[in-house]
Amino acid sequence: MEAEVAQFALMGKYIGAGLATMGLGGAGIGVGHIAGNFLSGALRNPSAAPGQMANLFVGIAFAEALGIFSFLIALLLMFAV
Amino acid sequence: MATTGEEHAGGLQIHPMDQFVVKPLIGDGPIQWYTPTNVTLWMGIAVLALIALMVLSTRRRAIVPSRGQSVAELFYGFIYKMVDDVAGHEGVKFFPYVMTLFMFVFLSNMLGLIPMSFSTTSHIAVTAVLAAMVFLTVTLVGLYRKGIGFLGMFWVSSAPLILRPVLALIEVISYFVRPLSHSIRLGGNLMAGHAVIKVFAGFAGAMGVFSVVPIAAITAIYGLELLVAAVQAYVFTILTCVYLRDAVGEAHH
Repeated sequence: MEAEVAQFALMGKYIGAGLATMGLGGAGIGVGHIAGNFLSGALRNPSAAPGQMANLFVGIAFAEALGIFSFLIALLLMFAV
Repeated sequence: MATTGEEHAGGLQIHPMDQFVVKPLIGDGPIQWYTPTNVTLWMGIAVLALIALMVLSTRRRAIVPSRGQSVAELFYGFIYKMVDDVAGHEGVKFFPYVMTLFMFVFLSNMLGLIPMSFSTTSHIAVTAVLAAMVFLTVTLVGLYRKGIGFLGMFWVSSAPLILRPVLALIEVISYFVRPLSHSIRLGGNLMAGHAVIKVFAGFAGAMGVFSVVPIAAITAIYGLELLVAAVQAYVFTILTCVYLRDAVGEAHH
């Protein structure tokens, strides 16, 4: 009985870690959205594009942070719980 | 973190998380706060590389710069322009701090990519200290320079009055989440990249002749990781500048 409960908990841990990685898809959508919109804006007005590179990276960093949180949850489930 | 004695999961010959184990340099004793570990070693190498690049190579300054001097000037000009643009003219006072942060993170990331080395910035303990220092600096400098007016950044005066308490709550939460996301972004990206390389290395060990495919993949990912190492150092620094602007710059609401 004890062993079965432990096995069940292990299964839940692995399933939870796998589910947590799905959050990274959201980060991918966000980063792609930002980069794509930057590119379409840059092609319309190429002379303004170099001045906006800092904003591009800040935007990507903020969008990516939330995906990294879900990656962290996956790592915590795998190695810390 | 995975322990070394643990049975390797999934039949991989190289456990992807074994590279992050902190070991003492001498012997197998317990790790105290004063024990020299591989983290200490590689941080020390990063600091020595920083000194070699920024101090030794610019000691004999010349109008026609040597190779070392021109690399140092390139970094200096790049970071100076970033601080001036993003943090504002008042933020230039913090240029030495931002420059040190960037060079340390950049060199640690790059040194971590040398095979068999140890990437210190993939540990959230390391990046959390860096991010906590930035957070403390921004908060203390903001309170010192603006006094109680620093808290005005939580009270969005351009929003309708009814929304302001809600926005204030969101702003306070996002302010205190900053050091967490600031540190996890750097540590998580580095850790994920190194783990991916080791997963492919595990494939290469198990596939015999066909291991050409994972080895080619490792080469491609390694190129991507070089980019990630530079971009994450850049992002860490530019976010420091963005946070500093709240403390020293004019209000942006």
